[in-house]
Amino acid sequence: MSTQPPQPPVPSRLASIAAAIDILDQLPGGNLILTKVEYLLNWGRAASLWPLTFGLACCAIEMMAAFAGRFDLDRIGVIPRATPRQADLMIVAGRCTIKMAPIVRRLWEQMPEPKYVISMGSCATCGGPFYYDNYSILKGIDQVVPVDVYVPGCPPRPEALIEGILKLQEKIKVEPFLRRTVAAQA
Amino acid sequence: MPLRTEQLMLNMGPQHPSTHGVLRLVVTLDGENIVEVQPDIGYLHSSVEKMMEYRTYLMNVALVDRGMDYIAALANEEGYLLAVERLGGIDVPARARWLRTIMLEFQRLSSHLVWLGTWGIDLGATTVFLYCFREREVILDLFEQVTGGRLHHVYFRPGGVYEDLPPGWTDRALAFCDEFPGHLQEYHDLLTGNPIFLARTQGVGVLPKDAAITMGACGPVARASGINFDVRKAFPYEAYGEVEFDIPTFEQGDCFARYLVRMEEMRQSLRIIRQAIEKLPPGEIRSKVQVTVKLPKGEVYARTESPRGDLGVYLVSSGDDMPYRVKIRAPSFSNLYALTEMMRGWKVADVIAILGSVDIVLSDVDR
Repeated sequence: MSTQPPQPPVPSRLASIAAAIDILDQLPGGNLILTKVEYLLNWGRAASLWPLTFGLACCAIEMMAAFAGRFDLDRIGVIPRATPRQADLMIVAGRCTIKMAPIVRRLWEQMPEPKYVISMGSCATCGGPFYYDNYSILKGIDQVVPVDVYVPGCPPRPEALIEGILKLQEKIKVEPFLRRTVAAQA
Repeated sequence: MPLRTEQLMLNMGPQHPSTHGVLRLVVTLDGENIVEVQPDIGYLHSSVEKMMEYRTYLMNVALVDRGMDYIAALANEEGYLLAVERLGGIDVPARARWLRTIMLEFQRLSSHLVWLGTWGIDLGATTVFLYCFREREVILDLFEQVTGGRLHHVYFRPGGVYEDLPPGWTDRALAFCDEFPGHLQEYHDLLTGNPIFLARTQGVGVLPKDAAITMGACGPVARASGINFDVRKAFPYEAYGEVEFDIPTFEQGDCFARYLVRMEEMRQSLRIIRQAIEKLPPGEIRSKVQVTVKLPKGEVYARTESPRGDLGVYLVSSGDDMPYRVKIRAPSFSNLYALTEMMRGWKVADVIAILGSVDIVLSDVDR
């Protein structure tokens, strides 16, 4: 009897989606195995970052410009939410005073896990032009909340903010998300 | 038996999507009616007046951009530099004065567009925001080609401006001036004919003329209450004495009148820009001024019309290369206290509409 040459597996719809987001594993029998559930979750989370609309100073105007027509953050899944309970990203845009710092901390605490912080602009990163001779501005928002991505600039252009969000997405995509949650529950 | 009611204290802010920054309003309510509004400020106090005492006159230009009204950075530079130039007797060449006028009016346009867009969001008209920011990006492009910055320009210098216009800029600016009235009509179509918008703004938050004078309201807020005063007309600076424009005033004093004043101001700004580009003289853009310029001993008060109103800078010099004391009379600050008068007696739902119509910038209030 003649031996048939091995047929390539017919790509199903699921397989083509899996190939598109790079979670397809192929075994010698042609079996598809979706091993990286974590990867899929992270991919989903990275593509729908909902920031808290929280403007402090000048950078908030550039943040608004990034949400508006020309730069359009909606197209990478970033949709502003007005309440910390629905947000998973906090963009600290602008200088933070010592009077405002406890409120920023409280807002961060009100956000559900997992949550991320982008420090936008020099003032939020290190005090910026208000570093010297100043008694009222906090020298960097990282004294109050943990920061994931720093965006430099005074103020950063909307392109710079988009770059910061893309960097955060890269960071989310390689995060041990499930293990982190288990560790937190234990 | 009369129903016993209690007054309720409602905290609005400092984190609220409609407070335009970090303002906390302590609203005392009787049922749904506002008894009293007490603004709590200082959440953005950046001690700019103190910092200016430790920086040279040139360095302070960059500081007033950020530390004061950040939506209209050039207007701050103008207010500050007018004081410096008056005290030092620094001469500004004619071309620089006209360039400043053009830039200041573009700044007024972009500032009013931010106000209109954010107020539209506050009142539930999200489309206006997208339309306004579309036009604002064109203005920011024009700014960027001249000054290099989108928001903070550091373009004015003691004794002139930093750079001349790039080739072809005036054509692009005029092209914008030609198309902008059409966009202005779009905003009118979206808002002025909108029954929801009219119900939320017409007759709401009335500020009577005498109250406006007593509370020190200035700028578009005062002009919407029937006060025909504009610093550009009353005490002309730069090239404002040589251009023709009207001051829109309305008698009603409500939110709708404040909206109409700003919409008409945008049209007048276009008029000024057109005339200024036409009359723009050739020549020097900057007089010879030392980098560490020393001003003679003395004091001066300079007032300008920023997009928010009467911006005054009081500057004291002790003969050094740094100011001895700078006091900024911020337009948003006095308008914020006129707000308490506007809100009294209205419903709690009107707070947002009234607050947005005043157009305060918290950085300007707190400095």
